[in-house]
Amino acid sequence: MNYGYFPGCSLHSTAREFNISTKAVCSSLKINFTEVEDWICCGATPAHTTNHDLGLALPYSNLQLAAQQGFDTLVAPCAACYNRLKVSDFEIRKSDEKKNRIHEITEDKTEADISILHLIEFFKNDFGIEEIKSAVKNPLVGLRVASYYGCLLVRPNEIVNFDDEENPTSMDEIVSAIGADALDWSHKTECCGAAHAIPKTEIVLQLCKKLLQAAENSSADCIAVACPLCHANLDMRQNQINKTFGTKFNTPILYITQLMGLALGYGANDLSLQSHFVDPIKLLTRKNLIPQLEKMNREN
Amino acid sequence: MKRKLETQITLNTLIDSFSNEIKTLSKVNAYECYQCGKCTAGCSVGDFLEETPNQMMRLIQLNLRDEALNSKTPFLCATCNTCTARCPMDIDIAKVMETIRILSEKEKKKNVKEVSKFSKIFLDSIKNHGRLFELGLTARFNIENKTPFKDSELAPSLIFKGKLSLLPQKIKNRKRIKKIFDNSINEKKGVE
Repeated sequence: MNYGYFPGCSLHSTAREFNISTKAVCSSLKINFTEVEDWICCGATPAHTTNHDLGLALPYSNLQLAAQQGFDTLVAPCAACYNRLKVSDFEIRKSDEKKNRIHEITEDKTEADISILHLIEFFKNDFGIEEIKSAVKNPLVGLRVASYYGCLLVRPNEIVNFDDEENPTSMDEIVSAIGADALDWSHKTECCGAAHAIPKTEIVLQLCKKLLQAAENSSADCIAVACPLCHANLDMRQNQINKTFGTKFNTPILYITQLMGLALGYGANDLSLQSHFVDPIKLLTRKNLIPQLEKMNREN
Repeated sequence: MKRKLETQITLNTLIDSFSNEIKTLSKVNAYECYQCGKCTAGCSVGDFLEETPNQMMRLIQLNLRDEALNSKTPFLCATCNTCTARCPMDIDIAKVMETIRILSEKEKKKNVKEVSKFSKIFLDSIKNHGRLFELGLTARFNIENKTPFKDSELAPSLIFKGKLSLLPQKIKNRKRIKKIFDNSINEKKGVE
């Protein structure tokens, strides 16, 4: 397998800690991903809600690039990029007419016969949960984690189908493998409001309040995510939520790769834990889960 | 606030013009919907809608094109796909919303201007740079939306934490992205 890596725009900016922690985890587990050169934005929600063809052509052009660069599999950590890449691939495989039309738009005849995996899907199906378990150096014992999947990892199930659309468990399996407690909770696949964050902030605040409340009700210490939009809405806007609704949430939101990184022995700086708005370091220190010396040991 | 749909059944509502148009564009046959309301029950943004998802399906069944295209619902839809996932008739309701939104935008009907503006600025950003320039997007949105200080309390931390770059990341082959935009939007048969 020749794995291409598609970080997407967010992982180069607001979700840079997702990129940093993914790279750390891959390096520790000796996983080899190569970033696709000169990739473009997948178009996200604005593209497919403005023009169907544009919404398909932007992701497809990336699949063509990846094929030209010799990759047979593309791994995307961002749930939104992953979803758009999968939808585009699905629609184009289904109809020759659509394929011809999209080839016309990209002015490129490259056949992009590439399989697309989300990072969690890769860990579960290609790498293996048992392998993760056996690599753990610092099990996250006593950390109660609510795994939040959101929309784009599980819907529509006809297209993104590595997990159940109502009660997914793949992220929970990783959480258990790294020694933490995977919580069964009610809001695994509810929507955070996603792209409405800027134009319709009030919707996002309301939806995220319900999510944080549900996590609190299940006495979660933190929420694990695998989507930059879910993260930004829950973490960056948690203070706005508290101000708007008079709540007192203080729930750290961590990328699943940051939790994996901790379990694999990385320290707070290696995983950019300080870059969140809701500080997870206090919680992790209290639970004695940050391996302080590991980094120094590795460097020596 | 939910709206009670009241409409007079006229001869026009019996001619399948709008339902056929939706069928051509989204491959959805609106008459398969039997109004069970499951889409509405699970809708993430249900609290914010005037016309609920099943009411939107009803508007198509009654061929009430103007009412559908003037509804805010397709613009408030978060495209979370819960409706599609749960429909007992496997109707892709999210795709219908997207299709109505595109038609409404094309015909400059009444819509939710913030959502529409956000999409335009987002697409301009990737058309120009190949990748999204988040600071530019937020700044331009706030200026055009006349809310200059919206979320401004977040900016210093974002910059300090290195999460918001001050300059856009540009791809090398900018012709590629320009071609995609020009060809998908300008081509006669492709615009849906």
